Amino acid sequence: MQTRRSFVRMAAGGIALAEAGLIGSWARAELPQGTLDSEVRETLPGKQPLIKRSFRPPNYESPVDSFDDVLTPNDKFFVRWHLANIPRIDVRAWRLNVGGDGAERGFELSMDQLKRDFEPAEFVAVCQCAGNRRGFSAPHVAGVEWGSGAMGNARWKGARLKDILARAGLKKEIVEIAFNGSDRAALDSTPAFVKSLPAWKAMDENTLVAYEMNGAALPHWNGFPARIVVPGWSATYWMKQVASIRALVQPLASFWMNTAYRLPIGKFPIIDRFTSQESATTTPITEILINSLITNVSAGQRFAAGQPLQFKGIAWDAGYGIRGVEISVDDGRTWQSATLGESQGRYSFRTWQFTCPARAAGRFPVMARASNAQGTVQPAELIFNGPGYHNNVVQKIAIEIV
Amino acid sequence: MTIKTRFGSALLFCIFAASAFGGESPIKLVGGAQATVVQLRCSTCHSLDYIVMNSPFLTRAAWEAEVRKMMKIMGAPIPEDEVAPIVDYLTQHYGAN
Repeated sequence: MQTRRSFVRMAAGGIALAEAGLIGSWARAELPQGTLDSEVRETLPGKQPLIKRSFRPPNYESPVDSFDDVLTPNDKFFVRWHLANIPRIDVRAWRLNVGGDGAERGFELSMDQLKRDFEPAEFVAVCQCAGNRRGFSAPHVAGVEWGSGAMGNARWKGARLKDILARAGLKKEIVEIAFNGSDRAALDSTPAFVKSLPAWKAMDENTLVAYEMNGAALPHWNGFPARIVVPGWSATYWMKQVASIRALVQPLASFWMNTAYRLPIGKFPIIDRFTSQESATTTPITEILINSLITNVSAGQRFAAGQPLQFKGIAWDAGYGIRGVEISVDDGRTWQSATLGESQGRYSFRTWQFTCPARAAGRFPVMARASNAQGTVQPAELIFNGPGYHNNVVQKIAIEIV
Repeated sequence: MTIKTRFGSALLFCIFAASAFGGESPIKLVGGAQATVVQLRCSTCHSLDYIVMNSPFLTRAAWEAEVRKMMKIMGAPIPEDEVAPIVDYLTQHYGAN
């Protein structure tokens, strides 16, 4: 495993190359200096060491080596909270409260009832923070300055939300389904972190109230004992420690819906819309974008001349399906197809690998570019937006042959 | 558990923070005594690494927007007469050059 010191050394190597003018504008794809200065490897209870972005609320990202396997281990899965008080939940006392003004009847479920009364569904899906890679935004923007590890891929098991809502009896006029968790802010004056989904997405057969992750109970830091799983959609909707589900006949009014997690309308190639929350200029973030990550190469890494180069990584999208991944080692002039690994389902990471013939000594960027079944390709230029969401620009990692 | 008073909530939080986030204490902001009001007001709700992490690229206007957001939206009880000193400090030590 990469140590803190080697990580710093590699980061410094990348900066040295940038200062030498060898990687030109790529230097702007660096994390802010203060982010580098304040990051440390820290171990939360039950977790492997992760990259600490903030202690409180706890925001920790997965090191890139967490993505060596297609499934991200639970103890390496990233941690993201908006509010600082995250109670330890006693699952025997835990209840999921279901109701709202759009429901015919309210009720509570214990964990035993949730597991026993509803047929379980299970699949692999990517959970990706809306702000993953915000730290690489150019220019930099305020927020948690994530690198590439505010995401993970897990096998989720749980009850279908539509089956739970059927028991509540939805009225015809419902527009959204809202979720609240057990987390609390330090001050009572801070708004609760509540989120809603459009009714159609909540009723999708793949939207779950999940109680298992990779065959085990959810880690405390990832929402034990149950969280919402919305495959293909940004993790902002994947409510952790879910405590209540409300059927609503009016759109949810909340800072976290009306102000945060919003995108300029028309800026991104998005199909799924959330019309009840749209304004004239902005829309809530919905589905995640086509993206990829090179997982076995670090900036400034050196390789021996005369040897073939092995590159590997992952690609993912909102569930349309990965069509292909292409690799360039000549600054994007030419591209060759990587070999895709076995599919783990349309919502999962798809692994890929590529063998590059031996190259002469010198420095050059390695680039990976994924496309999906919709024909959408990762952009060559960042689609800049003020909140720093949806960074899916093609990566460039400068390496050196010596 | 419901904590009704702000004081009670803050007290509970401090106990929780001390046990769960022991690694937080090493964060020291630069600037000596100037940092005191920032540490007091900001660390009630979040660790101070948020400030360092978001540096050095925010302008004075952007830092003021952050402070105002904490007051208006997040409910931080920061007196109006402390806003300018806090923004000055953040801009000087953690702002865009």
